[in-house]
Formats: sequence, structure tokens, C-alpha cells
Amino acid sequence: MLAIYKREMRSYFTSTIGYVFLVLYLGVGGVLFCFSTLYSMSADPTSFYLYMMLFSGLILPILTMKSFSEERKIRTEALLLTAPIPIYGMVLGKFFAAMTMFAGAIAVNSLYFIFLTPYALVKLAILLGNLLAVLLVGMVFISIGLFVSALTENQLAAAIGTIAIILAFLGIGLVNSFLPSGYWARYVFDCISIFSRFQTYTSGYFDLASLLYYLSVSAVFLYFTVRVYDRRRYHG
Amino acid sequence: MIKVENLVKRYGANYALNDVSFEIGEGEVVGLLGPNGAGKSTTMNILTGFLAATSGTATIGGVDIREDPIAAKRMIGYLPEQPPLYPDMTVEEYLNFVYELKGCTLERGPHLAEIMSVVKLTDVRGRLIRNLSKGYKQRVGIAQALIGDPKVVIFDEPTVGLDPKQILEVRNLIRALSKNHTVILSTHILAEVQSVCQRVLIINRGRLIADKHTDELARSLEDSVIYRAKIAGPEREVTNALRAMHGMKSVTATAEKEADATVYLLEGARGFDIRKPLFRLLAGANYPLLELAPTGTDLESIFIRLVERSDAADAPSVRK
Repeated sequence: MLAIYKREMRSYFTSTIGYVFLVLYLGVGGVLFCFSTLYSMSADPTSFYLYMMLFSGLILPILTMKSFSEERKIRTEALLLTAPIPIYGMVLGKFFAAMTMFAGAIAVNSLYFIFLTPYALVKLAILLGNLLAVLLVGMVFISIGLFVSALTENQLAAAIGTIAIILAFLGIGLVNSFLPSGYWARYVFDCISIFSRFQTYTSGYFDLASLLYYLSVSAVFLYFTVRVYDRRRYHG
Repeated sequence: MIKVENLVKRYGANYALNDVSFEIGEGEVVGLLGPNGAGKSTTMNILTGFLAATSGTATIGGVDIREDPIAAKRMIGYLPEQPPLYPDMTVEEYLNFVYELKGCTLERGPHLAEIMSVVKLTDVRGRLIRNLSKGYKQRVGIAQALIGDPKVVIFDEPTVGLDPKQILEVRNLIRALSKNHTVILSTHILAEVQSVCQRVLIINRGRLIADKHTDELARSLEDSVIYRAKIAGPEREVTNALRAMHGMKSVTATAEKEADATVYLLEGARGFDIRKPLFRLLAGANYPLLELAPTGTDLESIFIRLVERSDAADAPSVRK
């Protein structure tokens, strides 16, 4: 797993993907910070992290799109799958590498609020809550991205497919505003929605149920990824 | 070392492998031979755990690849048909990665240096794999398979796409490896099997159609041998004399001629060696024999005959 993690980290920076991701994430993060915080004269990080979360939905698929599809295309997956390591080790190695990139980028973005403290009151609990929320949602996005990447040889298809699934997850919350209150489906959608859970954290409130929700959605997609490889062994 | 029993790999209604069984002892060098699409790669992919069989078992050193894949994979070095290389790494980085991936416990520096010197990669160790020639890439693929000093090495068409000099080098390398490894290599080049392997498994349409020692294979065909003879002398007289010879089944004069000599194809009766009587006959009649060579006993024609025979056995169901 460690070998795969190291190779993956390395390949982010020997290809353009790592740089493109960091430049876009940090660049757009800076612009969003200006608009959501500086121009609006507000030290509340909530809207900044909400934008960052939505932006992650577009950009994390770029980070994960070639994780497995590239291996399949250049036939290196034969090396990984015939090496004496379990399939989940391969999947987790790639997962943690993508998480490292993402966590690093969001951590750098969060420095803005540290610099802001001499000039305005930044509530630490709310800042940490927002940071955790973005990390957890990003974790789910990355797991989805890895799963879709394992399905295809085509990186572009992997990225677009991932964005589609992420939009569906985000969009479920929106459907609720069109449903009458008290309707049973509302309750179900509320449970699945990434969005409604995100908001519990951004108010600075630590919710164990939401934590478990994000962890399990992520685990499910990583498990699906392992299954894709298991299945392919049987069906070619 | 390797035991394969009743291996079946099915894709829908198609059988890629149909009830294949064989056993390979320690230190053997075995060639897996067959036309393209016969099931060679499938067999190797199952042995290495890359694919799972529909039914049947494959064990490596007593470990079932399905029950304990990790332990079984630890004993195998595998070079797939297309070497699994990362173009963005240098040779050294790549081999270090594979070393870590396999969780190798041999001392890293000396082990990698030894492998690089064995496959002659030391000169290009710092170069990006992307920029290497096909021959070097193949060697990196072989080096990768040797990391961790596995007991079994499996090479899928190791010489495809190489130039004649590189082919010789790879064959010499395989021969050297065979001293302390069990080697399986697949190929559709017969000379390769002849020069490297002690034993040959021939696969056609997913079935094992022959499992023989390389030199035994030629003898195994009960078909009579056809000789190609170049004999000096008037064609009609020579032909008549040959036809009259005891034990001669057929005589065909070919259009190939050299001065007063003609090339004939001579077929003896089954189980009858015509060479000595042929010599006496020609010597007695004063028709000098310039050349005599058996045809159809080289691996090439044996292989083609075996494959045709197995195709013909399958054919009735197709032809109705």
C-alpha cells in the first residue's frame, strides 16, 4: 500500500495533474476568499467553505480521473494485480494519495483565516467545523472518483462520470425544496443528501451521525472499486 | 512446483480454456506453444492470479492461487505480453517501486544491482522508461519479474517485437535463469521452444493437445517421414528405379533442378527406414546422391500438423 501511495504522489507531480489541481484549487480558493470574506467584510468562513466544497465537486474528479483508468490503459494494472498485495491495498494507496493532495490544498486555503485573526474575530469552532466538513465531503468525492476511474480506460469519461454522480448527490437536496413538507421521500432524500449534512458541521456543531454517513458512503464506493477488480478477474 | 488441474475459463458460451491439466516440476523450462488466441495468455494469467478460472485449480509450490493468492503470488515473477511499465519513471525508480510493491526482503542495493547487471540495464538505469527502445523496455519488464528472486518466472511472449540480436540475448538470459528457476514461457515461435525449452505444452482452442519433451515430439508422430533427395541422373530412369525399390511408397520429381540433378520427394512405407536401401540402390545404379534431408520433422511442421489434427477433430460439429 505504501509503495502505491508513494508512486501515486510522485506521479501527481511528474504529470501535469498535480500542478493543475493545486494551481486551480489555490487560485480559485484565493478569488473565492476575496469575494466571500474580504469584499463582504465578514469573518464568517461558512460561505467560503461552501463555495470550496462545490468547487471540489468539479475539481476532485480531475485528480482521481486517471487513478485506475491510466493503469488499465498502459497495462500496468497487471503488475499491481499480480503483486503479492491485496486489491484493497492498491485501492487504499491511491485513496490516501488523493486525500493527501486534497487535504494539503484545503489546509493551505485555510491559512487565510489564520492571517485574518488580528483584524477580525474568527470563531475557531466554526472554522474547524467547516474544514472538517469540506474534508469529509471531499473524501466522498474522491471515493466516487476512484470508483468511476476503475470502470473505464478513458480519463475524460471517468472525470465526466464522476462529476455526474457528484451532482446527483448534491442535487438530491435541491429536490426536497420542491416536495411538500412531511412527504416521506423528503426524509429519505435528506438522509442521502451530502448537502444537508454539510450544513450541520458548518454551524460549528459536531455531528457523529454525519461523520458516520460520510465515512460509510466513502467506504461503500471504495468497496465497489475493489469489487470492480474482483469481478474483472472472473469476467475478463 | 506448478500443478494445474481441469482448468476451465469461460466467457459466456466461449471457452478460452477447456479442461487443461498439466504439472511442471522444479527447475523445468516449459514452452507454452499455440496459435494466437489459443489460450496461452489466459493460462498464464490464471497462474499469476490476474484472472480467476471458471473452474479447476492451479497451485504454485503447493499453494492454491485462489485460496491464498498473496502467498502464491510471492513465488511468481510475471512478465505479461505487454511489459507493465510506467513511462514517467526512470529504470531505477521503477525497479525500486516494484521492489517495495513486492515487499521484497532481500538487501535492496545489491539485489537491484545484480538484476540490472544480469539483464544489462546498468547503463540506462537513470533514463526515463518512456525514452527506451523496445528491446530495453522488454528487459526492464524481465528485470521487474526477477525482483524478489521468485521460484517461478512466467514470461508471456518475451521476444515479440525484438530484433534478432535482442532475441538471442533474451533467449540466453532465459537459459541462464533456468539454472535456478522454474520457467514457463509462451511463444508462437517454434525455434524459441527448440532452443530454450526442455518440454513443450501445445495449446489449441483452449485445449492441451500435446505435452512432450521437445525432442520426443518429432518421434511421436507416427506419420511416415518424407525425404527430400537430390539425385543426379536422367529423371525418368531415376524415378523408375526409385519406384521399384522395396519399401518405397511414393516418388515425386519436383521442378527443382541443378545441372543434371533433380530434387525428388520420397515417402517410405510406414515404419520403414528407406535411407540405407536408397543409398545402396543409387550407388549400384551409379546415380550420385547429392543431398538427402527429412522434411516435416522440424517443430514447425509437427506443430502445424498437430494443430490441424486438433482442428479437424473439432470440425465435425461445425461442418454438421
